[in-house]
Amino acid sequence: MSTSGFVAEKDKREGWNRPPVIEPDGEGELLEVSMGPHHPSTHGVFRMDVALDGERVIRLKPVFGYLHRNHEKIAEGISYLGSMPFTDRLDYLCPLTNNWAYALAVEKLTGQAVPERAEYLRVIVGELTRVQNHASSIGFLIQEMGASGTPLMYAFKAREKILDLFEELTGARMMCNYMRFGGCRVDATADWLAVTRKVVEELPGFVDEFERLLRGNEILMARTQGVGILRPELAVNAGVTGPMLRASGVNYDIRKVDGYGVYNRFKFRVPLGDHWDVFDRFMIRLLEMRESIKILEQALKDIPGGPVMDAKAKLRGFRPKPGEAYGRIESPKGELGFYLISDGGPNPYRYRVRPPSLINLTVLEDMALGQNVADVVLIFGSVDIILGEVDR
Amino acid sequence: MAVDEGLKIELGKQGVLVTTIEELYNWGRKNSVWPMQFGLACCAIEMIATTMARYDLARFGAEVFRPSPRQADLMIISGTVTKKMAPQVVRLYNQMAEPRYVIAMGACAISGGPFKEGYNVLKGIDRYIPVDVHIPGCPPRPEALIQAFMLLQKKIDGQHLTGPDRPRFLDAEAQGEFPVPVQGEHDLEPASNPGVWTVPVVIR
Amino acid sequence: MKTVEEIRAAIEAALPGAGVEIVSNPSVSGQHSLRLRPSHAVAVAKFLRDDAELALDFLSNATGVDWPDKEVTEKVKVTRTVRKTVDGVEQDAEETVEEARKRVEPGCLEAVYHLFSVARGHGPVVIRMKTVNRTDQVELPSLTPVWRSAEFQEREIFDLYGIVFSGHPDLRRLLMWEGFKDHPMRRDYVEPDDFEYEPTAHDEVLKRAVAHQAKQEAAGTVAGAAGVGSGVAAGREGKGAGA
Repeated sequence: MSTSGFVAEKDKREGWNRPPVIEPDGEGELLEVSMGPHHPSTHGVFRMDVALDGERVIRLKPVFGYLHRNHEKIAEGISYLGSMPFTDRLDYLCPLTNNWAYALAVEKLTGQAVPERAEYLRVIVGELTRVQNHASSIGFLIQEMGASGTPLMYAFKAREKILDLFEELTGARMMCNYMRFGGCRVDATADWLAVTRKVVEELPGFVDEFERLLRGNEILMARTQGVGILRPELAVNAGVTGPMLRASGVNYDIRKVDGYGVYNRFKFRVPLGDHWDVFDRFMIRLLEMRESIKILEQALKDIPGGPVMDAKAKLRGFRPKPGEAYGRIESPKGELGFYLISDGGPNPYRYRVRPPSLINLTVLEDMALGQNVADVVLIFGSVDIILGEVDR
Repeated sequence: MAVDEGLKIELGKQGVLVTTIEELYNWGRKNSVWPMQFGLACCAIEMIATTMARYDLARFGAEVFRPSPRQADLMIISGTVTKKMAPQVVRLYNQMAEPRYVIAMGACAISGGPFKEGYNVLKGIDRYIPVDVHIPGCPPRPEALIQAFMLLQKKIDGQHLTGPDRPRFLDAEAQGEFPVPVQGEHDLEPASNPGVWTVPVVIR
Repeated sequence: MKTVEEIRAAIEAALPGAGVEIVSNPSVSGQHSLRLRPSHAVAVAKFLRDDAELALDFLSNATGVDWPDKEVTEKVKVTRTVRKTVDGVEQDAEETVEEARKRVEPGCLEAVYHLFSVARGHGPVVIRMKTVNRTDQVELPSLTPVWRSAEFQEREIFDLYGIVFSGHPDLRRLLMWEGFKDHPMRRDYVEPDDFEYEPTAHDEVLKRAVAHQAKQEAAGTVAGAAGVGSGVAAGREGKGAGA
């Protein structure tokens, strides 16, 4: 049980968690703009129906579904294992954490144990994923601010090194399909671990450089500080999770709260925001990269030998007993959960993904109303979404 | 009318450059293909990776991603086209100025890929707009995208400005605007554009 | 954290007559759930959120489940009176026979919510609600006024399952386009038949492509369609406009 500093507010008036109503100043007409689904700043195919009073946002309604690929429906028609490659394509920047969340949910459903070495490997690839996701998401955020190219190139420099590790371990740069119910698909060689140690050694240097490049930048500070404020009570009520929630000052990290896998063996801190704005979200991601590197160093030092698949794990003819389970992990975007109902058959009866990206967008309207339209792009970027997960 | 290669080299040695309008024109076009900044799904991330320092798409004169379809020459369909998105894709394609090209990047853009069984997934963008280069992969590696560029450059290089096989943009009678499908009560209407796509022949 | 029995007792103490049922979960996950009556759901939800000990301030996951009408065959013992001749005397005798009876169990739509506590760090507590049937009485109370995170998720359930949430501030389709009529995540949803062509000869998709072709042939509109898996090559008509 965690000791969080957050206390839920009581006795609120009705509708306290609704977006504020912004009145136009009465001069001129409102301008209705449809931002997206093809818009350079929307990370893909996402649309916002915005009403503007001059530069000010009066109304904002997100429109989803442009990448609705029916993942859940397809998963209900195929075997449990068959869905594993599809999870790669949910949040396609972080396939390995998606694998992990799904494997964890199935392991909860069947009570499957995971060998220790596999747990360590999961932590290693999971934290590498977090580092590359946070680096890229900061890169995209700065790109949307107008610094086209350079920060993103720095981010991708580090990302490519991590992707090379994934490729060597799993055979694919992006769609890794690495985890199985009861372990991992292949073992890491001693060479791979040695190369990973070397890459991890270089990561703090990269983060320092990245931070120096961006943190002191006057334009960045002017544009992000005090913009897109999200109050902690609303953040919790609206189900916001991940770096966004912690940037609002709420100490809730599922790695600490649930301690799934072997996370309770590692020493790391949970960075929290003070001002609840876009700059805090940006800084939280930078600090989380540093914490991830700490976890990586410990995990790479302590990784035990042994098998990577549980001997009792069943891959073929896998039919869980009837029942249901909800398993969740702290993915780089927030709480990624899988809810499975089994009716005893080879396919899940119900397969549900709890997408952090979609639910974090609930508060987009609240953060953006009353701000300038140029800031909407930044606020949206600071949520850090991937459309594959939003629409599934 | 192409110039004889041997004569060209001989004249080049003398400091005389000989070319044809067609060659010059195609040479200019193929080395400044500006893609549209348009990402759909997973493949978009690999497309971005291709433009970054490691793979460096700028070597092919194609690093200038334009956010506006009016300024773009090439549309990279980088990911799954859903039925909700398909009308917008066709509309964006219609808004591009000729000459324009399309690369279908990845399994989803070609045929629906792993998501083919989905009720909201379009089973290949070539049902509505003509595609010049298909690259398989899920997602294709950056090297594969670079190869698609090279194939496209080859295609541009081989286009004749006159004659019956001249490209669409030089043919006043060719179809320039493609009908945008309508989202119906159960499905897109029509399910494909017969002027662009007929069911391919499978020979086994 | 309290067990589901304790939570139910706490709810009954605070809101007598709430009628919360426990739905046990036979899986090893041990995540049992509480079924709420739609009439009391909002009050119970508020209690769960505001109770100092439970403090379930965080609604993580909301989703729909479809339980279609099920035809159940069960064996029933029936006692019948038959006329029998025993020792030459005709008399009424009682006889017990087993009879297979078919019965249709009416289906329903279900909404499932997973709650956690950020303040206290526990969870999940699973609550669920059932509609009366799957066709005309599909209304459930919305929990969006209590937990804002249900806003988009309830819209998604409305879109894909067709549960109508009363009291939702903005109930529209989330993923499919406006004007779409079906609810695709329901188990009896019929997908549009656009499997004309399948180059890779394997799998479910090929089966559908063959079915599509058979349907086209039956309708006599096979012109231009190629043989899927049959090797019959029909001529390719019309040059592509982009060629």
